[in-house]
This record gives sequence, structure tokens and C-alpha cells, in this order.
Amino acid sequence: MASFMNKLSKIKWNHYVNYAAVAIVAIVFSAMTFAGGLPQSTLFLLEKTTMNIVLAVSLSLVVGFLGELSLGHAGFMCVGAYIGGKTACLLDGAIDGKGILSFIISLAVGALVAGVFGFIIGLPALRLKGDYLAIVTLAFGEIVKTVFENSSKESFGGPIGLRTPRFDKQYLFIIGFILVLLTMFIIQNLIRSKHGRAITAIRDNEIAARATGINVTKYKLVGFIISSSLAGVAGVFYSFANSTVKAAVFDYNYSIEILIMVVLGGMGNISGAIVSATVITYINTQLQTLLTGDLAVLKDIIYALILVVIIIYNNAPSLKFFREKYNMKALVSKIFKFVGKPSAGKDDESAWHRVPTKIEMNEILSTDLKVVESTLEPDKEDKG
Amino acid sequence: MAEYVLETRNLGISFGGLKAAQDVNLKIKKNEIYGLIGPNGAGKTTVFNMLTGVYKPTTGTFLLDGEELKGFSQEKINHKGIARTFQNIRLFNNMTVVRNVMVGLHNLPEYKCSLMESLFRLPRHFEVERTMRERAKELLEIFGLIDVRNHLAYNLPYGKQRKLEIARALATGPKLLLLDEPAAGMNPQETAELMDTIRFVRDNFDMTILLIEHDMSLVTGICDNVTVLNFGTTLAEGSVEEALSNPDVIKAYLGD
Repeated sequence: MASFMNKLSKIKWNHYVNYAAVAIVAIVFSAMTFAGGLPQSTLFLLEKTTMNIVLAVSLSLVVGFLGELSLGHAGFMCVGAYIGGKTACLLDGAIDGKGILSFIISLAVGALVAGVFGFIIGLPALRLKGDYLAIVTLAFGEIVKTVFENSSKESFGGPIGLRTPRFDKQYLFIIGFILVLLTMFIIQNLIRSKHGRAITAIRDNEIAARATGINVTKYKLVGFIISSSLAGVAGVFYSFANSTVKAAVFDYNYSIEILIMVVLGGMGNISGAIVSATVITYINTQLQTLLTGDLAVLKDIIYALILVVIIIYNNAPSLKFFREKYNMKALVSKIFKFVGKPSAGKDDESAWHRVPTKIEMNEILSTDLKVVESTLEPDKEDKG
Repeated sequence: MAEYVLETRNLGISFGGLKAAQDVNLKIKKNEIYGLIGPNGAGKTTVFNMLTGVYKPTTGTFLLDGEELKGFSQEKINHKGIARTFQNIRLFNNMTVVRNVMVGLHNLPEYKCSLMESLFRLPRHFEVERTMRERAKELLEIFGLIDVRNHLAYNLPYGKQRKLEIARALATGPKLLLLDEPAAGMNPQETAELMDTIRFVRDNFDMTILLIEHDMSLVTGICDNVTVLNFGTTLAEGSVEEALSNPDVIKAYLGD
């Protein structure tokens, strides 16, 4: 018994706090659904929120941990949505199209195909840095969108969109929460392992990482593939939550929206990404109902303002004092002053309970951060 | 076992016709501390970059323990046993000190753990993490960094950052350690400390060391043999006294 308690106290509980938080929220909402039923709008909001959390957490792997700026996340999602939706359509005849089995198969297919696209986009990422990679991923997102928009009516529905067997059960959002937990499981376990350490090493100093024997090619591709497959998962979920998949949804603005979630949550901060994805999705839907007609334009302006304010707040030297005094960490430690005891286990920092990976936005955006020692190319080898 | 740990044969490179280094012939025996010196722009760092695979040599080749490594990628050369530090320190700044060293241990066969094992948290993952951490701590203990192991590398004082870089390079389990100006920016006391560290590394890790240095007190203090480069060509080689008393070398450093 004592050894069991000993073992229990050794577990890094703070690793699992965010799983617990998500699970509790999921349980509360499911209880509410089964007790009295939630309004359709709330269910819709929950579905959207879980989807956005999956997207934000998966993007934070590439942007926050690998340090590459990707603006094509909605493109990967688009691939997942169309391929997963099409798979579900094809399965509709064979097995019950709205069944959980068909969902799982579509999920696997969608994730796989999106992962393949992630691999293809990862290849230029090996050579391009910073802004240039951002342009390539941006173009990828638009290309995918255009290709699906111009597909024939029989294949992917063309401009009117692909009709998918909508999974109109009340508990679809529970599946969403399961997907969130799955995403967190994959990303957090990856980051808190030697492989995650290699990925963060590449972000911090690619030249040193190479010299230390890290296989940069492998880990960049791993980062892109995992991130894009999870975006594909979110896409498949989208196709099941909606009766039609329209390419126009997955535009450039949506990619930026996901990026805002990651930036707002703090680069390389998974819990932060979850919170900010929730907040932004909520604000977004509220604004959509509040601002109708001509005022709808304001939504984008408000977005842009939020992003600008966040970046200034995080980086302005004159706000340093303010930042140190009023931040989430200080707030949390104030609340949990009584609960948390000073951690003696500080010793084992592989613990990763505080991933010290906050990097400034401008570090990601600047190309010279990762400029190779010299751009000079050696001459060709002498023949003979 | 080859006679020399590192042997370069007419190693040379040119950029757009400019010969940055040519006919560099280094012969470094096991457990030797070998100095590579020369005035600024002599091509010393270029030689390092060729030895670590950053540049592919235009002419000649180099062998580590009798195995030709020319044309291999940087990662591959590191796996084969050449580790380096940089002239301008390159640490993983946003990671803690101990994690910096653990990145160095990444590729050692005893810490092998596949991606799937890590993702699904199989026992192997925990075992590897634990043993890696212990090994990293041992290394930090040796370098006197154990007290700052949980600090971000970025926050360390300069001398400790240098030491950490050496510790990280050693963690990769090399046969040959390349130090690019290890004493740059250090005061005499720190330099003396560094000399002890380098000797210690040679003796306790059974290491062969090739270093670039401008600080002559360090070179004369610890190097067994040196090669003097100027404008990419070898001016002199041999023991420190011999090389430094060579009239060509004096001319290169002091002018006519």
C-alpha cells in the first residue's frame, strides 16, 4: 500500500491537469445533454470548439515547437474533410453511413491522406525558412481549396460542395471531446519525449541540432505529418458535423484564425492553445450573431485588433513590468496558493511540466534566425 | 586501429575560385590535443566546417580512424564520431541546461527508443528518459554545471555556456572533439579553468581534441602539436615551440 502511495505521489500530476479539465468539461456537458437536452446552438458551438481545439493544438506542434510558420492548416483540414466525407459517402451504401464504424474508417482515411499531404509540404520545409515556407503553405491551402471547388460534380461535388451523411446525433460533441483528448495525447506525449526534445532543439538552433547529430530531415517531416494528419482528423469531424462540405470554408482566413489561436495561447503552450481556441470560437460565434448585415465586416477588424494587441502585449519592452505582475501564472499561483505545495521534485525537469518553449513571434518570422552559416556554395569537386 | 584518429589528405575547398583552404594535411594521434592556429581569415573554421560536413571539400579527403567520411551529412559525421563546438556559442537557448545535454545523448544506441514507444508511453520510454537524465547529470557534474541544470541555457554566464557546449558535444559520444575558439572572450582565470577542463576531458573520456585558438597561452599550455595556417595554406606544423619559432609564422603574425 505504501509503495502504491509512493508511486502515486511520483506521478507528475500537472501533466494530466489539462486532460482532466477537458474530460470534466466533456462530462458536464454530456450530463446536461442527457438530463435535459441542450439547445441546438450550444451543441453546434461545442462541436465547433472541439474541432478548433484539435486544429490549434496540432498547429502548435509545427509553429510553437518546430518553429516553422505554416499558414496552410485549413488546407490540410480541407483534404481531411473532403476525403473523409467521400469515404463516408462510399461507405453509406455498404454499411450504415451514420454509424460509428463508418466514422472511424473515414477518420483513418482522412488522417492518412492529410498526413501524406503533410509529408509533401514538409519536403520544401526542409529547404525553405520562415516567410518563404509561410508562402508555400499559404499557396498549398489555396490550391487545395481551388482543386476541390473545381472538381466534377460526381467526384467531390464541385462548387456546390460535397453532400456528406451528417451525423446528426446529439452526442456528436462527445466524439469531438474524445478527438481533443486523442490530439492532446499524441502531441503531449510526442513533445515530452526525446523526440520532442529533438524537435524543440531544431527550433532553437538548427545548425547546432545538426552538429549534435539530430536528424533534422526526419524530425521536420515527423512534425509536419503528425500536425497535418490531426488537421485531417478535424476535417473529417467537420464533414460529419455538417451536411455539406464546401471548400470556401477552408480559406486563408481560417488558417489565420487557427494561427491566432496558437499565438494567443502562447507559442509552445498546449493548454494555452486549448483555452484560446475555446475563447476565440466563442467570441467568433457571438460576434456572428451580434454583427449582422453590414456590421459583419467588423468581425475581421476585431480579430485583427486582438492579434495586434496580443503581440504588442507579449513583446513590447515598456510593458515588461505590467506583464510580469499580471499574468496567468501569477494569477493561478495566487488561486492555488493553498493547494500547491513547493515542488521538491523540481529536480527532475525532464518532467516537462513546464515546457520552456516560449519564443517570440518575431523569432519565427525572421529568416535570418536560421540562416545557414554561409550562403556560399562550395565549388564542384575537381574532376581528375 | 588506424595510426591516426584524424587524418586529412590534401583537404581543400574553394568558393568561386577563391581557395579558402588548400592542401591541409593534419595527422592527429589518439589522445592528442592538437592546435590549429593562424591569423584571422586563415581558413581555420573552414577546415572545421569541412570536417563536420557543413561544406563538402573540393579537393582531398579526410579519414576518422581510417574511415573516409568525406561527403557525409552533418548528422552522419556526428554519428561516426566527430563532435564540435562553435565559435559563436550555439546552444538550445530556450531549453534547460540538462535538456541541452540530453539532446546530445539522443543518438546513442543505448538510448534508442522509437517514436511509437514514446507516443504510447511504453516502459522503454520511461527507462530511456530516466537513464538519459542520469547520464546527463553525470556529465553536468563533471563540468560543474549540476547546480544550474534547471536554468535556461540562455541565462547562463558566458563561461558556463562554453562548458555546456563542450558537455553537449561530449554527450554525443565522439572519438574526436573539435573546439572552435573555446577561450574566446574569457578572462585569464576562466582560460586557466578551461585548460584544466580540456585536459580532464582528454584523460577521462579518452578523447582526441582538435582546437582552434587565438589565445597563445592556452595553445602553448595544452597543445601537443599544432598546425599553423595562413591564407588557407599550411605555414608550419609540429610541436608548439618549433612551429611558433618558425620565421614564416612570426612573419604571418607580426608582419615583416
